[in-house]
Amino acid sequence: MDTVVQTLVNALMQSSFVALMAVGLVLIFGVMRVINFAHGEFYMAGAYVVFWLYAQHDLPFFAAVVAAMIIVGIIGLIIEQLLFKPMRENPLGGLIMSIGVLFILQVLAAVTFGVGLMKHIPPLYPGATPLFGMDGVSVPWQRLVAFGIAVLLLIGFWLFLKRTRLGWALRACAQDREAAALQGMSINRLALIAMGLGAGLAGAAGAIMAPLVRVYPYIGGPVIVTAFIVIVVGGIGSLEGAVLAAVLYTFFHTFVATYLDGTIASILGLLLMLLVLIVRPAGLLGKGEKV
Amino acid sequence: MRRSSRFWATSGGLAALLALLCALPFLVALYRLDILIFMLINVILAVSYRFLTLAGEYSLGHVVMMGVGAYGSALATKEAGFPVWVAAPLAAAFTGLIAFVLAFPLFRMKGFYFLIGSFAAGEAIRLSWNRFRDPFGGPGGISFIPSPEIPLPVLGTVDLSADPRAYYFLCLAVVIATIVIFYRLERSRFGLTLHAIHWKDVLAESVGVHIWWYKTFALVLASAFAGLAGALLGHYLGTVNPVQFNLHIMLFVLVWVIVGGTRTIAGPILGVAVLTIVDQGLRGLDEWRPLFYGAILILTVMFLPHGLESLPRRAAEWWQAIRSRRRPPVSEDEEPPESDRPPPRDA
Repeated sequence: MDTVVQTLVNALMQSSFVALMAVGLVLIFGVMRVINFAHGEFYMAGAYVVFWLYAQHDLPFFAAVVAAMIIVGIIGLIIEQLLFKPMRENPLGGLIMSIGVLFILQVLAAVTFGVGLMKHIPPLYPGATPLFGMDGVSVPWQRLVAFGIAVLLLIGFWLFLKRTRLGWALRACAQDREAAALQGMSINRLALIAMGLGAGLAGAAGAIMAPLVRVYPYIGGPVIVTAFIVIVVGGIGSLEGAVLAAVLYTFFHTFVATYLDGTIASILGLLLMLLVLIVRPAGLLGKGEKV
Repeated sequence: MRRSSRFWATSGGLAALLALLCALPFLVALYRLDILIFMLINVILAVSYRFLTLAGEYSLGHVVMMGVGAYGSALATKEAGFPVWVAAPLAAAFTGLIAFVLAFPLFRMKGFYFLIGSFAAGEAIRLSWNRFRDPFGGPGGISFIPSPEIPLPVLGTVDLSADPRAYYFLCLAVVIATIVIFYRLERSRFGLTLHAIHWKDVLAESVGVHIWWYKTFALVLASAFAGLAGALLGHYLGTVNPVQFNLHIMLFVLVWVIVGGTRTIAGPILGVAVLTIVDQGLRGLDEWRPLFYGAILILTVMFLPHGLESLPRRAAEWWQAIRSRRRPPVSEDEEPPESDRPPPRDA
């Protein structure tokens, strides 16, 4: 019983950061029709900012997280302005650009911080707390903090999209770019905002996970694969679907990894994605794609 | 039959190139032969990848197909005891079979969905190699793969992997065969139909082209050649492991093909050759190599959208423009100027 509850708790914690990654990816795809391969590298960059400011320069952890969001967001803005914007008319152009960015960011991280040494960042709140009065179930404080920040960010992002004019504009643009442009919205400005926000959220995900994992330049690889599975299962372009799929997929993955093993869990996850693509290409909550 | 001067120029150039390729192993140091052999294997990979993209779908599973060939041939020689000359073609055929099976789910998808679906299928295969120690050897892969041998009546058997020069010529022969086959195929009715599917799939279907069969055949054939390339790699190195076929390597293949250009078969070959030379310029800077790849990729897509192969034509245009001191003429394949207008939606 304890193991089941513990696994449930682990999965819930894990799903929060997966959701952060996925909603950013969905927003970027929705507004710009670009599949951002470099999204995992934004995550990596966020983790390194925390390492740099918090572990090396003793800034407060929360300040480092905010800094990670801002810095990675700015990286996103630069990439949109310089690389994605000229490729707006070319459906594969943005994707190819993001592959180039992926290589460049990985090398920059590797030469700045070194490849061989995995960075371990001391947690802000060491120790763990038992949950629900069960001895077998415990959660590290740091994980709880990460979970709290992730959920707050997700709620904030949600409110921004649903309650503000800018959020409406972003959603309108994701629904129908042409119609949004006809209403006088500037696609280029919205794309900048989407890219800044999406990159910022990925940076935040990396930042809050940094003390929980070992940080190295290729940390983004597995994360982007998970994010791709999640956005495909959730229906590309659907934010609600992405969050739902993040929770479902992480539960599935965590349980299989706990009771069988991690590689089997990944294989099954990929096959699940393939199955969704075959049976329901629009995903769980996605609407049929306009051709 | 009278041939045009262009024909003679082309065949003369090809003959010179072939002579250079035959002389090369005797001109470079032995350790550099490794690089040349990898380059030849990569040419097979890139040329077959381009053929697969003719119908318009970009796959992320091609390198895994190469791995299927490498693992297949390794197991066939090591476990089943086949000689390499039988095992490698068998492995290529097996890779084609796997591709055929994958075509059923994958060609229900198009565009981005195909891209990500092919990645999922390939990565699932790759992770199985990682997971199942028997027979794939887990993360360590398979070692001590037998090398191709030629039994000679007097001299005894000649071990090809022990002699890089001999292996180089084996690879060269396979490369030439690959290029000839794909070149002829593209010019045939089959290749022209693939082009038609690329540009107007619905129209092609409406005049009676069975799209699925054409795409599947292209995928199967390209994968079989990737498998052959994998077998060549495995028997040369004597070892295969899952890391050799991961997404990173696949992205490198994409870089070769896109930087070289995909309009003609010369593009991917040029891409592999030029980036191999760039690699040599970066010796000792291995850490930085992906950065240069990324930068070259971005610069190519921005300033030379049709790849290096279009460079002579573009250079001629620029030269003309400089000489006549006016704006460069818009070439026939130039994209229309960028605007804020959203793209027209296909019906």
